[in-house]
Amino acid sequence: MSKFVYADNAATTKLSARAFEAMKPYLTEYYGNPSSLYHIGAQTRQAVDNARAEIAALLNASKPNEIFFVSGGSEADNWAIKGAAEIGARKGKKHIISSKFEHHAVLHTLEYLEKHGYEITLLDVHEDGLVRPEELENALRDDTALVTIMYANNEIGTIQPIKELAAIAHQHKVLFHTDAVQAVGSIPVDIQDLGVDLLSFSSHKFHGPKGVGGLYIRKGIRLPNLIHGGAQERGLRAGTENIPGIVGTAEALKESVENMPERNARLEKIRDKIMDQLLKIDRSRVNGDRTHRLPGNVNMCFHGLEGESLLLMLDLKGVEASSGSACTSGSLDPSHVLLAIGLPHEVAHGSLRLSFSDENTEEDADYILEILPPIIDRLRSMSPLWEKIISSDKK
Amino acid sequence: MAYSEKVMDHFTNPRNVGEMENADGIGEVGNPKCGDIMKMYIKVDNDVITDVSFKTFGCGAAIATSSMATELVKGKTIPEALQLTNKAVMEALDGLPPVKVHCSVLAEQAIKAALSDYYQKQGIDPEPIVGKISECEECHFEEE
Repeated sequence: MSKFVYADNAATTKLSARAFEAMKPYLTEYYGNPSSLYHIGAQTRQAVDNARAEIAALLNASKPNEIFFVSGGSEADNWAIKGAAEIGARKGKKHIISSKFEHHAVLHTLEYLEKHGYEITLLDVHEDGLVRPEELENALRDDTALVTIMYANNEIGTIQPIKELAAIAHQHKVLFHTDAVQAVGSIPVDIQDLGVDLLSFSSHKFHGPKGVGGLYIRKGIRLPNLIHGGAQERGLRAGTENIPGIVGTAEALKESVENMPERNARLEKIRDKIMDQLLKIDRSRVNGDRTHRLPGNVNMCFHGLEGESLLLMLDLKGVEASSGSACTSGSLDPSHVLLAIGLPHEVAHGSLRLSFSDENTEEDADYILEILPPIIDRLRSMSPLWEKIISSDKK
Repeated sequence: MAYSEKVMDHFTNPRNVGEMENADGIGEVGNPKCGDIMKMYIKVDNDVITDVSFKTFGCGAAIATSSMATELVKGKTIPEALQLTNKAVMEALDGLPPVKVHCSVLAEQAIKAALSDYYQKQGIDPEPIVGKISECEECHFEEE
């Protein structure tokens, strides 16, 4: 294979060399249990404390102990939502507001709660993939326990007005959670400025290791225990800490934040170039708002072809991309995100997501732009659906 | 989910792909909502399928099963072609991932639909010979 372009960074990213170097000693020489009194326990305790403080500072949380380490984004979302639901239920509040195109870690948790007597309202995300603040305002009720809206969408990359949405929830004294898995490390995230109560993040989305993430819990919110056991994570999430993972998370986030201005300027250029060029292809469209969008996200549909064939053909040319979210690839239905923005099934089947990171260059974009149009032509030339689209157009 | 080498071979180099002029029978199954449409063209001479081609909108497995189905019926008599099962298509491709089994069903039905069209054009009721075209059993979209 002459060329390899990894363009699926919304699925996961490559571990950064800096994060790996930071982790190494904690996989080998520093193996002590942070809960132990002796000095090799103190070494790892110090490492976890430092990582927590560093992450809190990078995300501008007011205190390090508002950051709780977990196994990743899904766990953080589950904890935040089920925990807030339990707090609400104590006061007889069993209504939760979210949006139609959340990650499955949120949507499936809400379905579970619905089966257990909670009422769920899912806000529309409209054709542009953006929640309307006034619609949140209208959906809030006296018995609303929680509002949970994702910061940036994992498929189409649209960025929600989180600060405004959180303020509306707070005017009604309702807790606000955001699944910021795609945002943290990618765009500036300032927790105090956003004013959220709960925020989930995942390390492997910003070149950190897999299997580790965090939940920000604002001071004063007494979320119920997630895992009962020892005193780790202030007794709320027991279990010996994933020390190398935690250390790697802090280092990867630091690096991502340091590189952010340069990287995002470059990625926006790549993103816009690809979208502009590919829009010249007959019957193509960009999914989601172009302005309120992650710097590294391209999501487009090409009528008359099917996404999986497109991915296989791209893979043969060394380009790794995605169609809908990786989590939906096992199912036959098109992505719930694309249906939520109003695309018909047959158009949603022809979607392509390219997601870029620190590792990508402008040459990658040029290579994609060189190989993609002939692949689209080829698939369309053998597609009876395309034949129908074209012939109905001529009539 | 991983495809066998045979599936990838038929996906990358599909056999008998394209429209056919003056086809004796054309069958189309599937629907755009499901994400799979297969169209089969056949030429028949003396009860023998002398030529066959296809066009497919769908995933890698849909394209590969279409391609393999055309290979399996080319040069066969109609009674032989009617014996083609989705299982035979799958086996010839060294298997399919479970979620893709419906593609092989679609390929079998597409061949039958083309034969059905051939009989109809001859003024013969195809149903007693070809049977009902059931399409994809696993696609049960609720009507909206």
